[in-house]
Amino acid sequence: MFNPLESAPPLWHNGPVPGAFYNFPGTQRIPAANPITHTQSPVTTSTSIIAITYDKGVLIAGDLVASYGSLARYRNCPRVIEVNPNIILGAGGDYADFQYVKSFIEQKIIDEDCLDDGLKMKPKSLYCWLTRIMYQRRSKLDPFWNNLVVGGLQDGVPFLGTIDKLGTAYTDKVICTGYGAHIALPILRDALDKKTNLNLNDAKALIKRCMEVLFYRDARSFPKYQLGIIDKDDGVKIEGPLTVEENWNIAYMT
Amino acid sequence: MFRNQYDSDVTVWSPQGRLHQVEYAMEAVNLGSATVGLKSDNYAVIIALKRASSELSAYQKKIINIDDHIGITISGLTADARILSRYMRNECLNYKYSLDAYMPLNRLISILGNKMQHCTQRYDRRPFGVGLLVAGFDDTGAHIYQTCPSANFYNCKAMSIGARSQSARTYLEKKLDELSSASLEELIKHGLRALRDTLPPEVDLTTKNVSIGYVGKGQNFKILEEEETAPYLSLIEGEERRGGGGGGIADAPADPLREGEAGDDGPRDPIPAVAMDTTE
Repeated sequence: MFNPLESAPPLWHNGPVPGAFYNFPGTQRIPAANPITHTQSPVTTSTSIIAITYDKGVLIAGDLVASYGSLARYRNCPRVIEVNPNIILGAGGDYADFQYVKSFIEQKIIDEDCLDDGLKMKPKSLYCWLTRIMYQRRSKLDPFWNNLVVGGLQDGVPFLGTIDKLGTAYTDKVICTGYGAHIALPILRDALDKKTNLNLNDAKALIKRCMEVLFYRDARSFPKYQLGIIDKDDGVKIEGPLTVEENWNIAYMT
Repeated sequence: MFRNQYDSDVTVWSPQGRLHQVEYAMEAVNLGSATVGLKSDNYAVIIALKRASSELSAYQKKIINIDDHIGITISGLTADARILSRYMRNECLNYKYSLDAYMPLNRLISILGNKMQHCTQRYDRRPFGVGLLVAGFDDTGAHIYQTCPSANFYNCKAMSIGARSQSARTYLEKKLDELSSASLEELIKHGLRALRDTLPPEVDLTTKNVSIGYVGKGQNFKILEEEETAPYLSLIEGEERRGGGGGGIADAPADPLREGEAGDDGPRDPIPAVAMDTTE
């Protein structure tokens, strides 16, 4: 009687076994190649992005350092960009992945320009599109190791959303990623509780304050940063490099 | 059976530079019942005359919903139209899935045009034997597009296709200046009058043979069938009918209805009495 649990005997001594793989005697067995895993952890990284909406637009700020572990390896790596006249984008996490994501966002914008129909992508569309991409990559077990922050004007209304490396996405009035989600976000939320409708100057002052606090608290941060502004009246501007005013007197116990 | 010796295949040119099979496909549009499309600044309306293939059958559906903001009406081979409408629905869904926005009309129409063009340039294909009027509303306003089996498409202020549709176009051309500022109700009335002009005197528009579709600012594409059309039909009831019996098919010269395009009557091929003698 055939018993599926028992394997059949070899056809001859050292010969092939029915239903099993056979390796010719004398050949070298190649060990099974392991899948590539180095894409599943970041290498050259950048830290927090902080972003806030105000009555007529959105601000996104991020510093200029790309770290190699704890080493501040590259000190001039911009990561707040203008996508098109409707959208600005900030990114944290693996800098190489960001450069790659940036390259095909730019290609998408070029493709759209080539249609020449006068239509420009809106922030909600880019946010949705990036969510699809980030989720697709995490499903291939090869995620883009980034936190993306999309800001812009959706038919004149400020829009702010974020996507992480798993494709998890949400929109909010204030968004901070990385270390900033612990340090800067409470400051921004507190300020927004006290005054709901910020103007540009309020928002700028808040961002400045947050970058300062982050510089003192976050060991991967840097005093030089960029500030992306998209405003209903003034359009897109990427300001910087701006500098955190350092004052270490506080460090000396007197 | 052959009209001439250069129409054996879609890809065969005549010495006059024409593709006869494509032109024959254009005729399929004129066999379908008439349909009208027109727009104002804020609304696009399509109105179709439905036909029943026999006394026993129901009236054939003429207006198809594509997405919240787009609808089409068809004239020609219904089966071909269903392939095209499935394609358009798919494209709209894909666009919405990846970009979370409604597909702009011009983008949909231009990829549809590309799809339709392929089969006019391959010997193992045939052109789609259907004309469409596409009504839609997007960020750039209301639109009426016309597509042809020849894979041409036109951005129209108002248009009518199908059997005896010339009289409807004549009506629309006359009313063209009133359309842009018209209300939805006025647009539908103009559309119904235009459609009525295509009918022979003994037939009239009824709730059974008319369907109305419209879309506009803050208004998803909506199809009115049967009893829902009654209030609009009653608005034009009893008005004196003009034209009626008219309705040449082949005589449509340069076209004021189309935006930025002009028709062109090329030279005609000589049609021999016996093009190809196959009985020998």
